[in-house]
Amino acid sequence: MVGIKSFGAHIPRLRLDRNVMQAALMFLGIAPSRGEKAVANWDEDSVTMAVAAAMDCTMGENKEVIDGLFFATTSQVYALRQNAGIVAAALDLNVDTRTVDFTDSTRSGTSAFLSAADAISGGSMSGCLVTASDCRVSKVSGSGDYIYGDGSAAFLLGRDDVIAVIDGSFSTTHDLVDRRRLQGERFEHIWEERFIRDEGYKKFIPEAVAGLTRKYDLKLKDFSRVIYACSFAGAHADLARAMGLRPEQVQDPLLATVGDTGAAHPLMMLVAALEDAVPGDKIMVISFGQGCDAFCLTVTDKISRVKDKRGVRKNLSIRAPLASYEKYLAFRNLMPVEVGIRGEETAFTSYSMIWRDSRELYGMVGSRCRACGHPFYPYQRICANSVCGAADRMEPYRFAERKATIFTYASDFLAPCIDPPASYGFIDFVGGGRALLDLTDCDPNALKVGLPVEMTFRIRYRDEKRSSISYGWKAVPVMS
Amino acid sequence: MTQGIRDKVAIIGMGCTKFGERFDAGPQDLVIEAFDECIMDAGIDKKDIKAAWWGCCMPDISVGIGAIPLANILKLPYIPCTRVENFCATGTEALRGAVYAVASGAYDICLALGMEKLKDTGYGGLPQSGIAGYKGTQITANITGPGMFALLANKYFSKYGLSPQEGKMMLARISAKSHRNGVLSPKAHLHKEVTVEQIINAPIVAWPLGLFDCCGVSDGAAAAIVCRADMADKFRPDPVFFKSLQVVASSGEEMLCNTWDGAHVEGIYRAGLLAYEEAGIRNPREEISMAEVHDCFSITEALIMEDLQFSPRGRVKEDVESGRFNLDGAQPMEPDGGLKCFGHPIGASGIRMVYEMYKQLQGKADKRQIKNPSIGLTNNAGGFPWNIVASVCIVGR
Repeated sequence: MVGIKSFGAHIPRLRLDRNVMQAALMFLGIAPSRGEKAVANWDEDSVTMAVAAAMDCTMGENKEVIDGLFFATTSQVYALRQNAGIVAAALDLNVDTRTVDFTDSTRSGTSAFLSAADAISGGSMSGCLVTASDCRVSKVSGSGDYIYGDGSAAFLLGRDDVIAVIDGSFSTTHDLVDRRRLQGERFEHIWEERFIRDEGYKKFIPEAVAGLTRKYDLKLKDFSRVIYACSFAGAHADLARAMGLRPEQVQDPLLATVGDTGAAHPLMMLVAALEDAVPGDKIMVISFGQGCDAFCLTVTDKISRVKDKRGVRKNLSIRAPLASYEKYLAFRNLMPVEVGIRGEETAFTSYSMIWRDSRELYGMVGSRCRACGHPFYPYQRICANSVCGAADRMEPYRFAERKATIFTYASDFLAPCIDPPASYGFIDFVGGGRALLDLTDCDPNALKVGLPVEMTFRIRYRDEKRSSISYGWKAVPVMS
Repeated sequence: MTQGIRDKVAIIGMGCTKFGERFDAGPQDLVIEAFDECIMDAGIDKKDIKAAWWGCCMPDISVGIGAIPLANILKLPYIPCTRVENFCATGTEALRGAVYAVASGAYDICLALGMEKLKDTGYGGLPQSGIAGYKGTQITANITGPGMFALLANKYFSKYGLSPQEGKMMLARISAKSHRNGVLSPKAHLHKEVTVEQIINAPIVAWPLGLFDCCGVSDGAAAAIVCRADMADKFRPDPVFFKSLQVVASSGEEMLCNTWDGAHVEGIYRAGLLAYEEAGIRNPREEISMAEVHDCFSITEALIMEDLQFSPRGRVKEDVESGRFNLDGAQPMEPDGGLKCFGHPIGASGIRMVYEMYKQLQGKADKRQIKNPSIGLTNNAGGFPWNIVASVCIVGR
């Protein structure tokens, strides 16, 4: 039985109150939505958020069963270079893994999910990690500017020990153009909201629900949760009424807390639904984007096996307000910021070097001395422990999932950073090993010796002259 | 048993430019300013110099790599000439080349000249690029000089239980002392006395380090002419002799293993041990009359006092408070203002420090003159406090 073995999610810690946006943008018109939206930190993008959700999903799981990684987004970082490959490298997946990017449509998240399920059911894969992530930018005060939020979800699909069985699926295709963006364009174009709402969501979602229930002879009232993507809070509520859903069947669309997260949106809602699920629950998921993907699941008694996930619920509670809309503009490079002559100096990125040391740089794989047991990051051939000093007795040792504490820290106003001060510290890993790493998602005033931290895959710098994004591992204080 | 260089080499001439933001002077001007004073002081002819060492740490922002710039600027007559670079110990490394060449017997008279032109970058602090290499740049945190030493300051405060206020006060006293000395030092970059309150209330660069906890970023050059000790008296009545000159590089154990305490600089401690052994120093706190140490930041001077065994571990605060390191104290530090106020053109700094010890030992330090010094020490610390190039040089009459 093909289904979900584990799930995870990531919601950026920063939240932008739409009233704060409105205060800055009042001169351009009235905000179309309320509440707050999750905003990626300056060092996050769709790739790093996919890694974060995948780390949440695979924590405690056997990664050896993974032979597929599908990544869905409409905000792909590279147009030429497989983004899923970066995610796989960061997760240090085995080389014999099929990696695929799904993109172009907000439906791509569920398309990746269903393709993975089909590949497993067809026998060509045994464990597929499906990640969906979006970090979309819109023109200032555009409806997307208010409505979109940033976030990601991940699922490990497989055959055995599944927590939810995939019972069936139904898809439609309609070339209704709600949003569009040509190759090379930074900003999308959006058609009239009434058209998208009335001719799109309100027709396509009921059509997909009807198609799925008819195909498998199901009754909508038997579902404990119905998840359907919709950018507009009002239309989302209208649809529940139109389809006759009981209030407890309707999964919160997260629009007032996270925002519409595009390709990740229905899958993040599925993570939230699974967090509340009990064995026997039936869940229906419908995505939207030039038609719909619909599928249904039955939760098994293995659901209790998946716990301690950051998921949606815990991620929602880990939050820090982003004080100003201007800061958001600076983070997304929507406003030129004077970084000084020092800040204009960009490091060179050497792809032959990165290829050679990819497991170290992207996989955070160092070495552990087989003679004395001391772990090292970066990789050392000769043991740095002076009482050992053994040569070439190292084994690979991955640090990314290891718990750690701050040995010492600094917050630096001289270092070029779009969000000064730049914070960094020496990190001591549980089990040994020490590294000097940038700190992110932290309050500089709350740093102290001994603070627990965990590893996070982030952007180090953007080299726009040479079309390079430098990724690497940083430390982030653990929020309980 | 090796004999080392103790008392084998003498300094017979030195020169040092005015340090500062020398927007008026290019590399050529700085090199010639230092060299002219130096050769005049030595009383020799340029053709007497048999080999030269050129210290320039960041030549990509001034004259380019290699030793050619020194030979070109001074029109050295086709003699052996070598450029050295070893982070902030670059100047001392140039001096070591010249001193060891003389000690080996290969040459009788050698020149060491260090220069740095830092103020053509258009921004404060040290240049950003080229420090860590392609791979290091991808791995290393977004660090700067003040941030690196703030890491140690925060750890030192934590380890020895100093409150932020106590820690800031200790650091402020160190900087205030150097500012007082800098006022007495005509060639220093900064000539301004500042109060402990001004230092504590200055804008923060990297907590706990504020503006006045950081040294000047300066342009400048310094030079030394060294010769065989047994011929020094031919050139002047008051030569100064090398007692030791050691440079060590960290193995990286501090940053890679979990044993380093983060509250001291292991490489400086080790360089001190080697230098004291070579010079026959048993009690540095009593035997070293004065020193110019690598006070790039106030916390660095504090840590060095402990690493060079001038103060017991964790107790430098008491010596700072008692005024031990003031110009009129028992063991004066940075009599010329130090990196803090004399300034820090990297390639020149190590030689500038020896220049002050040389003048003090000759009794030519004017208003800064320390009474009857017999042994002077200079120290550089370059790279990263957890992965360092450290030098200790000891000179005496």
